[in-house]
Formats: sequence, structure tokens, C-alpha cells
Amino acid sequence: MSTAARTRVRLATTSLAGCFGCHMSFLDIDEHLFELVELVEFDRSPLTNIKHCSPCDIGLIEGGVCNAENVHVLREFRAQCKTLVAIGACAINGGLPAQRNHIPLEACLREVYQSRAGLGASGVPNDPELPLLLDKVRPIHEVVRVDYSIPGCPPSGEAIWKFLSDLIAGRTPRLSHPMLHFD
Amino acid sequence: MSKQFLFDGRPVPFEDGQTILQAARAAGHYIPHLCWHPDFPPHGSCKLCIVKVGGRHVSSCAMPAKEGMEVESNTPEINGERRALLQMLFVEGNHFCPSCEKSGNCQLQALAYDLEMVGERFAHFFPDRPVDASHPDVLLDFNRCIFCELCVRASRDVDGKQVFALTERGIHKYLVVNAESGRLGDTDFAASDRAADICPVGVILHKRVGFARPIGSRTYDIQPIHEVDMKERT
Repeated sequence: MSTAARTRVRLATTSLAGCFGCHMSFLDIDEHLFELVELVEFDRSPLTNIKHCSPCDIGLIEGGVCNAENVHVLREFRAQCKTLVAIGACAINGGLPAQRNHIPLEACLREVYQSRAGLGASGVPNDPELPLLLDKVRPIHEVVRVDYSIPGCPPSGEAIWKFLSDLIAGRTPRLSHPMLHFD
Repeated sequence: MSKQFLFDGRPVPFEDGQTILQAARAAGHYIPHLCWHPDFPPHGSCKLCIVKVGGRHVSSCAMPAKEGMEVESNTPEINGERRALLQMLFVEGNHFCPSCEKSGNCQLQALAYDLEMVGERFAHFFPDRPVDASHPDVLLDFNRCIFCELCVRASRDVDGKQVFALTERGIHKYLVVNAESGRLGDTDFAASDRAADICPVGVILHKRVGFARPIGSRTYDIQPIHEVDMKERT
């Protein structure tokens, strides 16, 4: 079978309540990107700007779940992706956004939009276009079933490449010392 | 000939009074542990040192070694249970490694690396545990407490001060400071106390040294905890 005829693995990625740092680290696989584009076809992803997920083999989720839109996106990924991977601290345990979890949501919004100097007049945004915030930021495994996790803040490009290349080649992806990091 | 037992199929000599963990360590076999410390009597609370003896799960830090016993430790079953215990510890507190000064020097994190705890499976508690920055030299971040009582024991038994205690029971248990105000700054706690350097996680932190050694080049970044721990044995 020629390379052209071989079906490529379909890969979708998204950032929910994340900082895109994991996506930046994903791009840090440097020259492996050339190998990767031979192996995968990108579906929904900030890299393609495709807005909705088609049936995919692998979905990479960066970020936790902080609002209603995150829930919809995450469920779409779970429904469409055979293998769903949590990438980075926020997807795995809520991460930095979850540091608001011990502050009541209203107090948090007032602090940012009403009490802060220079923002006092604007008030808490209330546009129906804005997705509603959840009372707590949740890791993605509390909303959908997750098949694998790549810890790190962000995981190194090396760890991401090790994981993806193993998964795509049909090997059991495994991260251990020194590639396994939570920071 | 001295008495011996079998540890993962290998003979380990012991003397009367030694626990399984003590004898195994002396023979060069690592058993994961968090609340156990060589300078203190066993506490038996973290259960990371769990082993299987004659079909029963026991804390190897507290169980005396006996002639001819067969101990299973480094097996998929026991390591799976240790991983589940770590996953429970991680969701009970607020263990946000990327912002923790102790990251890379933390035994909880290092054990999670060692036992390849890559993901989580339980729902997070996200408890509300305010920090105590009242002491001039030491910060208390209760978010990371695993209730091992090492600080309680060190302060009471070595420093003779009784600065710390655990209060309430079960899931409501938390670490308190022995002052009317509840603040560390109102105790006679000193940065030179044994209790100031005993915390296996990131609760008791010396101020102004947090990132003196950058993340990525710390103890367990360089070497896994089972190697570091066995090296420190002597």
C-alpha cells in the first residue's frame, strides 16, 4: 500500500480552560512535526480553525472545564474521538483556573469587574453570548471518560512526542521518570 | 544463622524487634512510604508502605518481621493499591504542583512519579484551606497537608514545643497550630526547629528560598525517590 493510500490517523485538539501553553509545547516537538503530518490529518484544532469535530481517532484536550461551552466542546470531543487524551495539569486536575474554586463565583466576578480600580463602572458582563461559568472549575475526567493523561504544566514537547508517536504506532503509551512531570 | 523472611521471593535477614520495612531497607529493598521516617516510631497512617503477608494487607512500617513470613511488595496488585492511595491523597487536598515551591522535592509527587500515577480517577474535594503567613520565617500552606503528623511528632518529641496537632476526625481532620489565635506567628516555632524541615509535602515552607533551586533541577527531578531514599539510608 502506498503512503498516499494509507489512511492517516485523524487528530483533533482543543483548549478549554487552559492557556494554550500545552498547544505551544505541542508545537515544541519541532522537526517531529514533519513526521507527524505524514502520520496524522488534523481535524478540529486551533491549528486548523475547523469549528466542529468529525469522527476522529485521537482527541487532545488541554484545560479544565470552567463554563457551559467547555462542557459542550468536551462532550463533542468524547462523542467523536475514539481515544481521548487529557493533556496538561488543567485538564487533569483543574490546574490554575481551579484556584478560584474556594472563592464563591459572585465574589470572584465582583473582585475582577467591580472592585478593581479602572473597571468599577463596567459591572459584571452579562451578555447572552457569553457562556455561563460553572461554580467550580473541574478536571475533564469529572465530566467525560478519559482514556489517557499526559501530565505537566505544560508537558515537555519530548513527552508529548513520546506519547503520540507510541499511540499512533500502536504501542502502549507510557510516560515514566524523567519524562513524567507534574510541574 | 540469623532469622529471615522472604521479601518478593528473596531472603531478608532480620533481628527481633525489627519491622518488615526496617529489615527490608537494611537489606537494600525499597518500600514506598510517606508518614514513616527513620527517626520516628511508625505512624501507620499513609498506608503507602502496604505489603501483602499471607494474603493480608499490612503496614510494613508497623508490622514486626517474623521468621519465614512471605512478603509481597513490588507487585502489580500492591503497586496498584498504592497508586489508588496516592490518587485519593491528591484529590483530598489542593495539590497544584505547578505553583508549589516544593515541586521536585515533594515526596508525594515523587511517589506519584515512581508509581506512574499519570492520571486521576476520583472527584476533587477542592477544600478551602487558607494559608498562614504570620510567621516571619516560615509559611504554612495547609492545602497540601496529608496528615502524616511528622511535624506534630517532630515538634513534640524533638523540639519539645507541641506547635502542631491534628483536630477533628476522619475526612474532617485538619492540621492546627497551638496558639490561641491559631497562627504560627504567635507560637515559639523557629525556622531551626526539626519540625520546620520534616514535612514530606509542601505545607511547611521556609520563606525567601522558594525557587533558589529552579524547578527541573531538584532532588526528584534528577533521581527517582526509590534511589534517593535508599541512598539516604545510612
